[in-house]
Order: sequence, then C-alpha cells, then structure tokens
Amino acid sequence: MNIFFAFLIIATLGLLLGFALAIAAQKFAVQKDERAEQILEILPGANCGACGYPGCNGYAVALSKGEAANGLCSPGGPKTSALVAEILGIADEGVGERMVAYVHCRGNHEITQRDYKYEGVEECSAAYMLFQGDSSCKYGCLHLGSCIQVCPTDAIYRDEKGNVTVNADLCIGCRKCTLVCPTNVIKMIPARGSHAIACNSNDKGPFVRKVCSVGCIGCMICERKYPESGCVVTNFLAQIDYEQPMTQIAEAAEACPTKCIVVAK
Amino acid sequence: MTYIAIFITYIFVNNFILSQFLGLCPFIGVSKNSESAIGMGMAVTFVMGIASIMTYLVYHLVLLPLNLVYLQTLSFILVIAALVQFVELIVQKNSPALYQALGIFLPLITTNCAVLGIAIMNINENYNLMESFSAGVAAGLGFTLALILMSNIRERLDLHPVRKAYSGVPIAFISGGLMALAFMAFDKSLLTNLLG
Repeated sequence: MNIFFAFLIIATLGLLLGFALAIAAQKFAVQKDERAEQILEILPGANCGACGYPGCNGYAVALSKGEAANGLCSPGGPKTSALVAEILGIADEGVGERMVAYVHCRGNHEITQRDYKYEGVEECSAAYMLFQGDSSCKYGCLHLGSCIQVCPTDAIYRDEKGNVTVNADLCIGCRKCTLVCPTNVIKMIPARGSHAIACNSNDKGPFVRKVCSVGCIGCMICERKYPESGCVVTNFLAQIDYEQPMTQIAEAAEACPTKCIVVAK
Repeated sequence: MTYIAIFITYIFVNNFILSQFLGLCPFIGVSKNSESAIGMGMAVTFVMGIASIMTYLVYHLVLLPLNLVYLQTLSFILVIAALVQFVELIVQKNSPALYQALGIFLPLITTNCAVLGIAIMNINENYNLMESFSAGVAAGLGFTLALILMSNIRERLDLHPVRKAYSGVPIAFISGGLMALAFMAFDKSLLTNLLG
C-alpha cells in the first residue's frame, strides 16, 4: 500500500511539473528566424569577429534581420557572400579584395638596438606601457607575439630569425592581430601585392640608421628613380600604393639602400 | 534577528563552496571571467531561493502528511530539475547574451549539489517558509561571492607566469583551497560576537 502511495505521489508530481513546463515552454518560446540558421550553416564558423559582430551566430542573426551588410565575412570570401545573398534574396555585391595581414618590420633583437632589457609578462601591450617597448625604434615589432596568441588560424609565426611573420595563405583577414598590436606595425595589404615595405618607422633617416640596419631611412630613391614602382614616401617612411601598376617595384627593391622593400610572400 | 543570523551563516560561516565544498563544478567551470561569474551566481541564487520555497511546500504539504518523508531526496530532485528548466526558458527569452555566456552550466544547475544541499538543510534545520527562502537566497549569495572572488583571482592569474603543470584548473583549485582556509576564520564565534 505504502509503495503504491509513493509511486502515485512521485508520478503526479512529475506529471504536474511536466505540464507546467510544457505551458511555460509555449509561453516563453523564442521565435527563431529560419534564415538565420541557414546562414549560420554557410558561414565558416571561425567566430573570428572580422565582420564586427560577436561570432558567426551574431552576424547570421543580424543578416537575417537585414541589419548587417552582406559581404563582411572575409574568411568566407565571395563564395559565402553569394550563398548568403541567395538565401536573403538580395543582389550579391561581393566581398571586395582579399586583404591579408603583414608585419611591417624585420628588426629582431639582433638587428635593432634596445633601450633596456624587458623581463615582464609575455604580452606586447604590457611591454608597450614601459617606454613604448624595449626596442629603440618605437614603431617596430615588439616580438612578444600577442598577435600569435590571438590569430584564430595560427597564421602568424616566428621565422628562423625571430621575426614575427604572417603566412598569407592561412590568413583569413580577420584583423584581430592589427587590433591587438600596440605599435600598429601589422597592417592589411592586398593579397595580390608582390612586395611590401618591411618598416613602419616615421623617425628621420639618421636616427633609423643609428638604431636599426634594415629600416626605411626615407631617402626617396624608390619614389624618385622608380616612379612606376608605386612607392610613396611620407613622414620619412616609404609606402606602397597598391593601386599603382607597380611595374618597377623589383628594381626599386634592388636599389633600396637598406633593402627594406621585400617580397611579401 | 534570526534572518540576519541566517544570512551571515550561509554567506560567510557556512559558505557553500568555501566551507561545505558543494557546487565545485561551476566554481571552476564558470569562474574564468567575472561577467559570467556574476550571471551564474545570480541564476543559482534565483534557483536556490525558489527551490527553497518549492521544496518546503512539497515537504510540508505532501510528504509529511502522507508519511512519505523517505521520498525527500527523489521528489526534491524532481522539483529542482523542473525549476532549472523553467529558469533556462526565462533566461533564453529575456537575456540571450547571458544564456550564451552561461552555456552548458545553466542546465548543469540541475545536478548542482548545492541546490539540493540547501533544500535538505532547510528541512534539517526546521526552518519555516520565510526562513527557508532567506536561507536559499543567502546560500546563493554566498555562492555568488565565492564565484566573483574566484573569477577576479583567475583573471589576475591569467596575467602571471604559472608553471605549465599548474596552469589552468590546478592553480585554480590551489587558489580555491587557500580561499577556503581564509574562510575558516568565519566560524560560529562570529555569530555570537555579532548577535550576542
């Protein structure tokens, strides 16, 4: 008799609670947009944040509501934007040019002078707080590898000379490394660019020569002698205008006295 | 006076995590950053408060009159599981961001022994309905306190060089153990000194 009672009580309790939950589930049901889920399946799932939304899910929801522009997903590229446009029934405008990150510095600790020896947390922003880093050049790479930590695809590595380098084939263009870098030495360049300037220093020539043997001294040889190279010198620093034809860039790289115009790949 | 005593007891003296060692799973799992720690703490406080009332009612209105006290554990688990499902529905509806931050740990409150612990403790201490509810809320607040303290410690630990063998969960457990030692300073004498 007692067992029967026990069974009955637990069963009724369970049933009642079950019914209550079923009613609550109906009442508090969250309406989901089917298109958002379809888009989420198409997106690469890297959750890199390149689109400016919190992860792929956030972007998919924003797209389905029409709040976000299509084509912000750089890892997915044109394929993804075409599929998303198909689901949403809008015209595909493409994603623009594929951009990859590039570390504009080759001055490792043997090449560039140091003001002091940094022995703190292995974090670029922490080193930057102490006199803008240990390197005498305040524009260059700090070599502590905060960008290596944040890269979602492990595209950034230290090469055999200790320089922090981006593998352009693995780079998905999420810009996370450009945001974490305190000296802004990592900038985006078009993936088709054959050459890049491996220096980020706006210091004047004599100072650059004093502290670093591979920095741009702003001598303007590339700009004056090779006008077709696409090189423009502003603030004592050469920069490549990738919109130019860049036909003489190889000659300019040859003529550069500090050899800081380098092959990008 | 009893309510003040209950609050001090369950927040400091009998802190669920740091002196009773209940609910260690979310203590380690959700204490990586303080934002989700606060969210988890609030969710657990809410569940503990409501669970205290529900289990009190089930015990005194159903189990005691029918002489089925031995079903206590089973029926409490049932009530708590349903409650957690309900809280999950509400959180998902009202705060999707918190829902995502809590992730798997929200449904895991179901199997959180701290919730069952407070329900059974209320019965053992012979609390009435209001006392049970405040004990539930106080225990939840104590849980939140421990979680917030721990998350702040772990946020700092992230910036320190920790030996590889200790990094992550091991150092978290060691810090938790040291915090538990510190909480041993709160004992019954605190209550007698404060409340006479």
